[in-house]
Amino acid sequence: MLDIAQVIEDTAADLLKITATKLPSALKEALLKGERETVGALGKSQLKAINENIKLAETHSKPMCQDTGLVSFFVKVGDKFPLRSEIKTALIKATKRATQNVPLRPNAVDMFKGNTKNNVGIRGSVPWFYFDLVEGDQLEIIAMPKGGGSSNVGKMKMIPPGKGIKGVKEFVIEAVAAAGPLACPPYTVGVGVGGGEDMCMNLAKKALLRPLYRYHEDEKIASLEKELLEILNKLEIGAMGLGEGPSVIDVHMEFAARHPASLPVGVVISCWALRHAGATIDKEGNVVWHPH
Amino acid sequence: MEYHLTTPIPPEKLKEIKIGDIVYVSGTVVTARDEAHLKALELHKEGKKPPVDFEGIGLFHCGPVMKKNEEGEWIVVAAGPTTSARMEIFQDEFIKTFHPRIIIGKGGMGERTAKACQEETCIYGYFTGGAALLAADRIKKVIDVFWFDELGMPECLWLFDVENFGPLTVTIDTHGGNLTDESKKNIQANKKKILEEL
Repeated sequence: MLDIAQVIEDTAADLLKITATKLPSALKEALLKGERETVGALGKSQLKAINENIKLAETHSKPMCQDTGLVSFFVKVGDKFPLRSEIKTALIKATKRATQNVPLRPNAVDMFKGNTKNNVGIRGSVPWFYFDLVEGDQLEIIAMPKGGGSSNVGKMKMIPPGKGIKGVKEFVIEAVAAAGPLACPPYTVGVGVGGGEDMCMNLAKKALLRPLYRYHEDEKIASLEKELLEILNKLEIGAMGLGEGPSVIDVHMEFAARHPASLPVGVVISCWALRHAGATIDKEGNVVWHPH
Repeated sequence: MEYHLTTPIPPEKLKEIKIGDIVYVSGTVVTARDEAHLKALELHKEGKKPPVDFEGIGLFHCGPVMKKNEEGEWIVVAAGPTTSARMEIFQDEFIKTFHPRIIIGKGGMGERTAKACQEETCIYGYFTGGAALLAADRIKKVIDVFWFDELGMPECLWLFDVENFGPLTVTIDTHGGNLTDESKKNIQANKKKILEEL
């Protein structure tokens, strides 16, 4: 019998290494396509550097960006999966281990005691966990580190409900235009609508996990995603904000019910290096890695 | 145009360079982010000298991933630029006080920095954001590190010996030009048009 807690720790440490060193293949394709199709020399050279860098990271198994992000885990626990709170302990251990071994940059800073040097906050909460309870006997873990530069351009607004969907679109356009050259474009944009002031940001972040070019199953939402993708590229931010090449690679939206008096909208923006990787562990400790 | 600069960079050499040009830097480059800027300026106000003489060298907005090799020496794992805009609040004062000749970062900088670059003869070189391994590849040696215990790995001063560090796209020159500012104005104009047509 395998030690399940150890399997979780090993798997999560490996996932953190994958996220830091290897981008999902659809995103790699999108960035190569961006380089091929960009006409201006300024934009083309930026995309060329990005693509060369991605290749170097994968070949040498090194972090593609020095900002290896603040770590979060999206976790789905099956009813019959044998562990509960030990999952958290294992994921925290994995974060410390990956910080040493990959290595990841120590990015957890305590406001009063400084950098913790191991990517784990001394007051809890970092790494951040999104837990969900599901049927079955498996555990799904998705690791998602996110860089500070692109987190700094995230935005939330409580829109007057009377502005409706048009108000949502306006705010997304405002947020991405404000990000401009600051957060390493071309961007992938996650939008969360409804749920409350905290939930809309969670939904927006979760939306980034959906594979590229897979639009929402609700057709109304899917057509909004496509419309925003087209509109946002008309901003002409361009690769690294120099005005040439793609501005936004994809837009994904998630919706929740809202309070009658509120229309919360969250916008979470990822730099070109949208990093996430997942695996599923069964109750015997067998690991299946998600396509990457 | 393409330029190869060696530190200490003579100010008169910088006057030839214009926005959109490409430069490569060889010699000494020091990393400094928010905390290091603050600390260096505070020391100066107290009449003390920071451990690095910034005059004529490259100032790199970067918080690298570093590790020690088996001999206990620091080596660079990944070292791309961080978002320079955060340093806008004190970059002009830093340039006036310490006279680095090239600021290296990503995302561009604002009016205050562009003004200081014009008045004090300094340029801003844009390195592709996130291209941390391309950058690390051009760093030949870690000369020294300061303030590591106090500020931690990303925020401390790493003094690097670099060779042909680049390509850096010049987005602020010594003539008041600011390429990212132009791009931002274009983005805002496009936004206005998009919102009107929505």
